[in-house]
Amino acid sequence: MPTVEVQNLFKEYSGRQVLKDITFSVQSGEFFVLVGPNGAGKTTLLRILDMLEEPTSGKVLFDGELVDYSTKEKTVLRRKSGMVFQQTILFNMSVSDNVAYPLKIRGESNIEQKVKTVLELVQLKGFERKNALTLSGGEAQRVALAQALVTEPELLLLDEPTANIDPRNISIIEEVLSSTNREKRTTIIMATHNMFQAENLAHRVALINNGEIEEIGKFQEIFGRPSKPVKNFTRFENVFSGQSTASTEDTSIIDIGDGVQIEAAFKKSGYVMIHVSPEDIILSTHPIVSSARNIFQGNITQILEMESAVKLKVKVRENKNFTVQITKKSFKEMQLSIGSRIFLAFKASSVQII
Amino acid sequence: MNITLLSLRVSGAAVLIGAFVGIPVGTLLGLKQFKGKRTIMRFVDVMLKSVVNTFMGLPPVVVGLVVYLLLTATGPLGWLRLLYTPTAMIITQLIMVVPIIIGVTISAVGSVERSIREKALSLGATEAQAAWLVLREARMGVLTSIIAAFGAAISEVGGIMITGGNIRWWTRTLTTAIVIETELGDFAMALTLGAILLSMAFIINLALTIVQLKGARR
Repeated sequence: MPTVEVQNLFKEYSGRQVLKDITFSVQSGEFFVLVGPNGAGKTTLLRILDMLEEPTSGKVLFDGELVDYSTKEKTVLRRKSGMVFQQTILFNMSVSDNVAYPLKIRGESNIEQKVKTVLELVQLKGFERKNALTLSGGEAQRVALAQALVTEPELLLLDEPTANIDPRNISIIEEVLSSTNREKRTTIIMATHNMFQAENLAHRVALINNGEIEEIGKFQEIFGRPSKPVKNFTRFENVFSGQSTASTEDTSIIDIGDGVQIEAAFKKSGYVMIHVSPEDIILSTHPIVSSARNIFQGNITQILEMESAVKLKVKVRENKNFTVQITKKSFKEMQLSIGSRIFLAFKASSVQII
Repeated sequence: MNITLLSLRVSGAAVLIGAFVGIPVGTLLGLKQFKGKRTIMRFVDVMLKSVVNTFMGLPPVVVGLVVYLLLTATGPLGWLRLLYTPTAMIITQLIMVVPIIIGVTISAVGSVERSIREKALSLGATEAQAAWLVLREARMGVLTSIIAAFGAAISEVGGIMITGGNIRWWTRTLTTAIVIETELGDFAMALTLGAILLSMAFIINLALTIVQLKGARR
């Protein structure tokens, strides 16, 4: 029997349709992942499942029972689930008090032992007495995960839980999620735009775009099998997704949102995920006249000096950042610093589909 | 010394009772802005808060006058026989202090991110439990409301002069005594009382500030 069933769900915000006719069901013990670009409606869908928002129309059923969004009984259902938000929210109290909170409001016993166990699970032993607001982003998100897990929920809702944190913390969280799903048979619904996470963790994936579910199925059925090398080093950089439109000259234009269009040397229409290797991008302090098909202007927002090279984060639009890798020598010669206005260029053939 | 104690007793009682009334009301009004989507609700919300903000600057003398008119022998509450008693003075300061506590609490609670409340609900809190948590997160601001209220009460003179009557050994406080001594030309006495008043206010604020800073440290 499915744990969560969503039927013909619509959500409107002042006339704008955020979710359109969403229908899916998640089996008990399933790890279900929603993938899709920012603004696709993933967060809204999860918030509706957590009863923080009401659907405009449509039905949600938990364990076969229709959820009544108008009642005061929300608390009863919420107490069976846990949610982790993309933006980490913790209370101004110690780590252990934060984790104990969901137990205290339920009036549970043996709180200390449960808190201890879950903090060990997320590898935060020794952090008990620290104020939660002093933690790093990754640690804080692990506390948030502990808060959601400490009550041993039947259903775990995760809204891009690893979106803003570093790789080490991401792997800890992924490990915890996968073991919780495996050992406790917890049903998990997670939103992400990290394709690798979706591939590694999900039993099934729903591709959601513009408020609609475009496809549901096993990851490979939808996206095929990405090649290993691309996968490994593209893990977090320069991965974009959007609608691709094939043109007549063996190229495609991919609209990755925010008014940014990337030209690629392949012919494919429909939703694609693409990657541009940071080494393939050329930087210039002046407008570039070249054969490169993709030229953007942006500002440097981050500089990471590595052993042999320098990685720069260039903000082209509010939510569109490119990572560019250049040699230390050119970094010095170009006299770049945070805030520098910069032009970047890459060939259509540097755009790989993944 | 008697007058110092009375000052403390009257202002302390006013602030204490004021906190019991003002903090819950302020929390309720502060949380309201999370919801009010309908235009009417928003209008009511804005009006209510504007009224509270106006009352935060209520002139004590006016409060004193109104309370006097209510409590005077021929007034509607004259039968209570409260005029010229410390109770009348507490009532006067209470009326002054409640809007301050409500107003500052509203903004303290309102400045707690709405996501905090949602998070609490998401973790399974009832509405009341979530409200309590928001209030807890706003505790620094709430303490500020108490400090502001106490500061206003202890230094107030016009209101309690009218409703307390400044009767020696009975309703004379530090501030009203200063007025009398000044009128009598005993400036040395007036200044001494002023110094006592100031140092007392300082000690109490020192204590409250230490509590506040301790809570703020992370």
